[in-house]
Order: sequence, then C-alpha cells, then structure tokens
Amino acid sequence: MRVRLWGTRGSLASASPDTVRYGGNTACVEVVGEDGTRLVLDAGTGIRNLGATFNGTAGRVDLLLTHLHMDHIQGLGFFKPLQDPDMDVHIWGPSSTTLDLRARLARYLSPPLFPVRLRELPCRLTLHDVPAHRVRIGEFVVTAALVCHPGPTVGYRISEGRKTLVYLPDHEPALASDPFPGDPAWTSGFDLARGADLLIHDAQYLDHEYPEHLGWGHSSTSQVVAFARLAGVRRLVPFHHDPNHDDDALDAMVAEARRLAGDAFEVLPGTEGLQLRILPAL
Amino acid sequence: MSQQDVEIILVRRWASMLIMPVFLAGANGDLLYYNEPAERLLGKRFEESGPMPVEEFGAIFDTRDEQGNAIPASELPLGVALIHRRPAHGQVRFKALDGVWREIQVTGLPLEAQGGRHLGALAIFWEAEPS
Repeated sequence: MRVRLWGTRGSLASASPDTVRYGGNTACVEVVGEDGTRLVLDAGTGIRNLGATFNGTAGRVDLLLTHLHMDHIQGLGFFKPLQDPDMDVHIWGPSSTTLDLRARLARYLSPPLFPVRLRELPCRLTLHDVPAHRVRIGEFVVTAALVCHPGPTVGYRISEGRKTLVYLPDHEPALASDPFPGDPAWTSGFDLARGADLLIHDAQYLDHEYPEHLGWGHSSTSQVVAFARLAGVRRLVPFHHDPNHDDDALDAMVAEARRLAGDAFEVLPGTEGLQLRILPAL
Repeated sequence: MSQQDVEIILVRRWASMLIMPVFLAGANGDLLYYNEPAERLLGKRFEESGPMPVEEFGAIFDTRDEQGNAIPASELPLGVALIHRRPAHGQVRFKALDGVWREIQVTGLPLEAQGGRHLGALAIFWEAEPS
C-alpha cells in the first residue's frame, strides 16, 4: 500500500512562502494498492494536482469523502477524472439525517457556487452513502464509522491484507471523553484506529490554542499523541494543519509530538508531497 | 469490549454535564451510564454500580405505581422507549439502591440514528413535587 499526501492543510487553503514545506492545499490523500486500486481520500484543493496524474487513462477511481465541509470538497469540480467519459468514478461519503450524498453534493456542484451541475459531469459517476457495511474496493477492505466532529463525519480504516491505514482528518475525541484519554470503549474513533500501521490524524491546534476552540471538531498536539498511544498505532502523521501555522510553527509542533510519543510510535511530519509505503508489522 | 457508537458517546458526555438526572441504556436494554444527579436520586455512584445487564438493572429497582402495584420494567418510560421506540412519560414510586422510596417523574426517549440504527434510549427524571 502506497500513500501520498496531496493536501494537508485544514479549514482554508493557505499558499504562502511560509507554508511551502507543509503545503497550502487542503485535505487530499492518495492510496494505491499492490494491485493498482486507487483510492482518493477527500477532495480538498490538493485533488487538482492529483487529478492531473490520471492522463486520460480509462479506469476506475474511488473517492472517499469524510464529510462535506468546504475544505474537503472544494477541489472536487477540478478533479480531472470527473471530466473523462471513460472514467468510472465512485464517490463515497456521509449522508445527513435527511439528505443523501447526491443531494448534499449537488448543493455545492450547482450554480451559483459552481457552474457545472453534478448530473452534467461527463464521467460515469456512482455515489455511495456511508457509513455502510464494510465494503471491498479492489484489494482494499474499507470500513467507515461516524466520529466526533460537527455534522455527519466519518473516518476510514483501509486494510490490504495485514496492512492498515486509518484516516481521521477532522476529529475531536477529547470533546466526548472526560478524562481524555480514557476508556477506549468510550473514545470516538478508537475501533477505527486500533493497531493501525499508519494513522493520519487531525492535529490542528497547539495545546494552548485548544481551549478557545473547544467543540470546533479538531485536536491538539498532545491529544492526537494521546489518541495514537491509546489506539496502539505504529506511525502517526499529524494532519489538517491550521492555516495560521507556518512551517516553523509546524516543525515545533512535530518536535513536541515526537517528544510526547517517545518510543511508543514514530511521528512523521504531515508535509504536502510526503510519500509512504505501508508494510505489514513483523 | 468494542467501542460504543459515537452518538452514544456524545449522549453520555452531554448527560455528564447536565444537572437533570439522566439514565442511558443500550439497544439491548443494558444500563450503560447514569450521571451524577442521577447518583443522588439512586443513592449509589455509577463508579460503584457500573454498567449493568438489563436483568440485573430491572431487579435492583423496585418500581411501583400510585396504588403501590409493581410496574414491569417494560412498562416504564425507559422500557417503552427501548422496546417500542417511542417517547413515554410517567410518574412512579421507586426504591433506590439506598433503600429510600422516592416519587419521580420520568421521560423516556428512544435514540434512533442514521441507517435505521436503534442505539438504545435515555431517561430523564426528577423528583416529583409533593402532592
């Protein structure tokens, strides 16, 4: 399983000379299986560059949306495979309590917010509401579950044989747990993240910023480390960086995360362009 | 034990911050949680009693109507919300874990989630005004 980060920023794209290393594009991650199955996690602005790599090759791509906040769908209309009549595009994402995924996406992909309607896209488009039962996509087994974040939001657990990636880009488990970390049975996202080889997780706030953002749906540095430790993951990528944090601030955040993690697991900087290969634990 | 559904986790957190006594039961009827105000009514801390299977939960609380007749757990507001998946309200006498009889009003609410999932029910209760 190969993983590449195409967009790492949270809330708002933030291109600047001060954000070059960690990146300014919003959430988008590519996952490619050993047999070539291609998954895309979220459709933030980073998806535009990813779409350019498809080069008109016919095939299938599965886009897994965690939720429909703008920083996770803003790039959708610029995803090249959607414009290709030879492409099968499957979009998975959460319905709301009253609207299915199609109706919810159509609110964005329609005038006045976007000139092209969802139904006018040239590709062969299939939409899937999640959470659903565990599904198989190519060589991947994908599990979605609702997690603690405002509005319908899921995280994904993606397994290929004994290799597991967990993607929780917007997640505030500490809101629902007092004390935190506490009993795993009462911790949002625990079942998804348990024993993951790689956890890509929300780390939007520095610890001193969190009290002013309680309930906004995001985690602080120490919280994401505590969650990763509770879940027993092997590697952690802090993700969904605050648009107000420049590269130097994020370097300091990663250093603090590494200090807190100690020898329990590896912390890798969530930089745009980061490529990883997930190998099964020995 | 596997993780609770996030809706249940959030209800528990919400209940932990309220001054109204709240019970939370899972879809199978097991008592999952009650908050500190409920501890005062019940006479026992949740940390002492812990989660309880439905049979144990039903046996502990001796609940009576105004005429003193025993009320089956299935006919209490929480039981109605769990079994029939509809809200219910009532006034009952019950003997708490501390052995004291109390008059309480109870509202039971079913917890229904996306995908047709029945997650359980919660009961909000408070001591009735003396008549």
